[in-house]
Amino acid sequence: MNVLWILLLPMLGTLVPLLLAKQSRSRNAWGTAAAPALALAILLSTTQSVFSGEVLLQQWQWIPLLGLDLTIRLDGLAYLFSLLILAIGLLIILYARYYLSEQDSMPRFYSFLMLFMTAMLGIVLSGNILQIWLFWELTSISSFLLISFWWHKSEARRGARMALTITGGGGLCLLAAFLLLGNIAGSYQLADILEQGALIQQHSLYPLLLVLFLLGCFTKSAQFPFHFWLPNAMAAPTPVSAYLHSATMVKAGIFLLARFYPALSGTELWFLLVSLTGLTTLLVGAYLALFKHDLKGLLAYSTISHLGLITLLFGLNAPLAAVAGVFHIINHATFKASLFMAAGIIDHESGSRDMRRLNGLWQFMPITATLMMVAAAAMAGVPLLNGFLSKEMFFAETLQQHLLGALSWIIPLLATVAAVFSVAYSLRLIHDVFFNGQPKGLTKTPHEPPRYMRLPVEVLVVLCILVGIAPAMLVGGLLNSAASAVLAGNLPEYSLAIWHGFNLPLLMSAIALAGGVLMYVKRKQLFDFQSALPGVDTLNIFEQLMKQLTRSAEKLYNWIDNGSLQRYMALLLTAFVILAGLPLIQMDALGGGRAEIPIDAVNATGAAMLLISAFATVVWHRKRVVALLMISVVGLMVSIAFTRFSAPDLALTQLSVEVVTIILLMLALFFLPHKTPKQSEPSKVVRDLGLASLVGIIVGSLSYAIMTRPFTTISDFFIANAKTGGGGTNVVNVILVDFRGFDTLGEIAVLGIAALGIFKLLTRIPVFKPSSDGEGRPWARERHPLLLATVAQSILPLALMVSIYIFFRGHNLPGGGFIAGLITAVAIILLYISQGVDWVKARMNIEYQRVVAVGLLIAFMTGLASWLFGRPYLTSWFDYFQLPLFGEIELASAIAFDLGVYVTVVGATLLILASLGKMTTSYRPTHKEQL
Amino acid sequence: METLFALCIGFLTACGVFLMLRGRTFPVVVGLTMLSYAVNLFIFASGRLNLKGAVVLGTSDNYADPLPQALVLTAIVIGFAMTAFLVILAIRARADLGNDHVDGSMPAPRHAKRERTK
Repeated sequence: MNVLWILLLPMLGTLVPLLLAKQSRSRNAWGTAAAPALALAILLSTTQSVFSGEVLLQQWQWIPLLGLDLTIRLDGLAYLFSLLILAIGLLIILYARYYLSEQDSMPRFYSFLMLFMTAMLGIVLSGNILQIWLFWELTSISSFLLISFWWHKSEARRGARMALTITGGGGLCLLAAFLLLGNIAGSYQLADILEQGALIQQHSLYPLLLVLFLLGCFTKSAQFPFHFWLPNAMAAPTPVSAYLHSATMVKAGIFLLARFYPALSGTELWFLLVSLTGLTTLLVGAYLALFKHDLKGLLAYSTISHLGLITLLFGLNAPLAAVAGVFHIINHATFKASLFMAAGIIDHESGSRDMRRLNGLWQFMPITATLMMVAAAAMAGVPLLNGFLSKEMFFAETLQQHLLGALSWIIPLLATVAAVFSVAYSLRLIHDVFFNGQPKGLTKTPHEPPRYMRLPVEVLVVLCILVGIAPAMLVGGLLNSAASAVLAGNLPEYSLAIWHGFNLPLLMSAIALAGGVLMYVKRKQLFDFQSALPGVDTLNIFEQLMKQLTRSAEKLYNWIDNGSLQRYMALLLTAFVILAGLPLIQMDALGGGRAEIPIDAVNATGAAMLLISAFATVVWHRKRVVALLMISVVGLMVSIAFTRFSAPDLALTQLSVEVVTIILLMLALFFLPHKTPKQSEPSKVVRDLGLASLVGIIVGSLSYAIMTRPFTTISDFFIANAKTGGGGTNVVNVILVDFRGFDTLGEIAVLGIAALGIFKLLTRIPVFKPSSDGEGRPWARERHPLLLATVAQSILPLALMVSIYIFFRGHNLPGGGFIAGLITAVAIILLYISQGVDWVKARMNIEYQRVVAVGLLIAFMTGLASWLFGRPYLTSWFDYFQLPLFGEIELASAIAFDLGVYVTVVGATLLILASLGKMTTSYRPTHKEQL
Repeated sequence: METLFALCIGFLTACGVFLMLRGRTFPVVVGLTMLSYAVNLFIFASGRLNLKGAVVLGTSDNYADPLPQALVLTAIVIGFAMTAFLVILAIRARADLGNDHVDGSMPAPRHAKRERTK
């Protein structure tokens, strides 16, 4: 049988209650129960093979790159937990049918419950630890939904939030632990990890890994000091408390302790952390349980205490203790789930959970009382019930350990003390609720519940008795296979018998029973003592803490994100200095030994001009026009540098961009202040100077280090294939329009988008026309000097011809679409400057947005054309033709692509500059659409 | 020559960064332009300096590395688009907000720092 269905059926079952929403409540319940019942049947069908020690494994690849496979792994331990989850889940479905009132949305409840069941089954059945974690988080979320089921109650919302915060935080720790674990073991598969125990424990990160792992387990299993979320989660409907918070979810942490027992346990650190946490939880829980007046509160603390007991057992350095731990998981699930359900019945039928008001219920509901008494006796560890057996084993194991050296005797002593409290609170539960006078101030007269609401309790209580009397027969096989999975097959000899003779554990049990009775009789003094202690409202403290945390996070956030661009940049640059500076410091030598080119006079002069003009830009940056002139010199020197170092394409591009940029900034200055006021404090200027120098030093050093190192390049490929594959001899251009054509397409798209963005920014801008320049001089009267106009007009055809020439030769000689486009744009802009917008508009009425779009379309369609020939997008084609008079000419599809580049560049550049230039004219950009 | 070239790149970077740390929009735009010169030279230099490299096939055996050149060529054009966008943004910000500070508003004096408004 396919074991995946055990997980899949409840998953699909999540939808069933929603689909049956219109049906009657009973039909809804039966429909919901179908999927888990079927899953249970499948599980039971595997009993034979699992008990014989077989591990059923099924695996599908999910995200192999992350090491995440969908793996279902069914062994003894997974079998035991699946059995608990499905069987108790079915009982809970039945119980909830009667527990939920008419006002509660039953489909929603069942759907959440099935979601939780899926998540829980996912944890226990997963064979991949990442997959475990996924379902682990799902239990946190579904538990949040279930606790807050009555979301109109404030305590439900607050309790749910608290549970989610604590278990969710633990989940993150667990994820970190799992990632470390997978890293160390080299696999995320559970089977691989379980075999690598020795390797993992010797790893230097093992302590960190273990602490993170335990944080995940302890938060989920409500171990001290994270136990406080569990009592607050009692705001959930009682079926949820019975299912999640006693039988299953809180055992998920313990399940992981058991699951990873072969891989992680065995070290001193494990035993100390696990046993001491368990012991503390055991004591704290047992002590506090006694004083709870709320029925469910008492059971919640008792659950904490029992979870502590199981944790302690996994922390004792003995295989038998692990067996006892597994056994107590079974027993606790049976008696605690039945107790919770019985408490729910009392609440449901009497309208109160307060033990100060609930008294003498025996006369109203004797059957429920009997059931609850048996279950409570099992919890107290009364002989002939299942709780007694595992408690005996627990006592025996506390006597065997040597954890604390000479002080080891403390552990059995404290265990007995906890058992005394356990007996006392069990006694209180029974005596206070069912006897001890008459009920006080109940809103309704208590009575027995409907027949089928009690059935789940009856089933579990009968199990408590049967296991208590004939343990080996009933759960021997189950316990054997589960425990041997925990111990990786090294199962010790043990016997599940009621009678082991007169021995020390028996004496401890007797002391616990007698002491518990005595303590309950003398409870008044104890209650007085406890009520004198200041009470601790964990919910409020927790919320205060959360508020403080939020406040400090907000403070930190506001400190970092304070709205100052200068600060962001300073922080960013500081980070750059640290991140890029550290590796440089660790390097032995900056130079790489490649011979330097000697400096000649021309280069030295060029460099000097570059440095001086850059320096002048900074010095005069307050006088903006001067700074602009200075930086244009820098740009000029950069383009000359490109010429000197064999990059004519770059020199041409830089030169034409330089012209456009300076015109643009000139125009911009018309709309901006012409001077920068002095505002920075001297200390800030010093800081900025320091930071700028550091960044400059690092970037300079980096480039020196690169340039002096031996040279390997992937460009040989391009050089070798430019002519044969791309049909051009100008390798730079072939790279742009052919090899990396798709990149270029993206780049011209960005150019077009930027131009359109600028056009949009300039529409409906409040016009601001300064009447004079920065020095207070009025603008020149002669707007379009005659000389300039004449020259510009006569240059235009020349410039256009040059740009066409540059465009066509681009494939084989320096040039190409980018450069040609810029030259055309510059020529037209010159026309704008010399003649004015009106003049140009009358002769050339073109919307540049359309030009940009046409250019992009040409480039895009050229790429598409290759599809017609069954080639990948943008595959280029070229061939040579003989034309009369011209001789041989080459036609290449790359030319068409380059034409797209050309048109886009012309359109974008003109759109940017012309839009800005038109700002003071009647042609300025406006919205045409209706607003 | 490499030393001088590296010095130029470093100095341009430092000047650009200093201007970018100013509080008004125009010097920031100028700084960004300066920084893009430096970055373009930096990328270009990763192909190593070559005084007599050939750029066209078949003219020599010593080729200048075409790949950084292709990268820088588009970087120059895109850099222009970005500078333009930024400076127009600055104009728009000044028109809408009435000042040309990079944060959109004048910083309050030190002793009366206001809480950040949401």
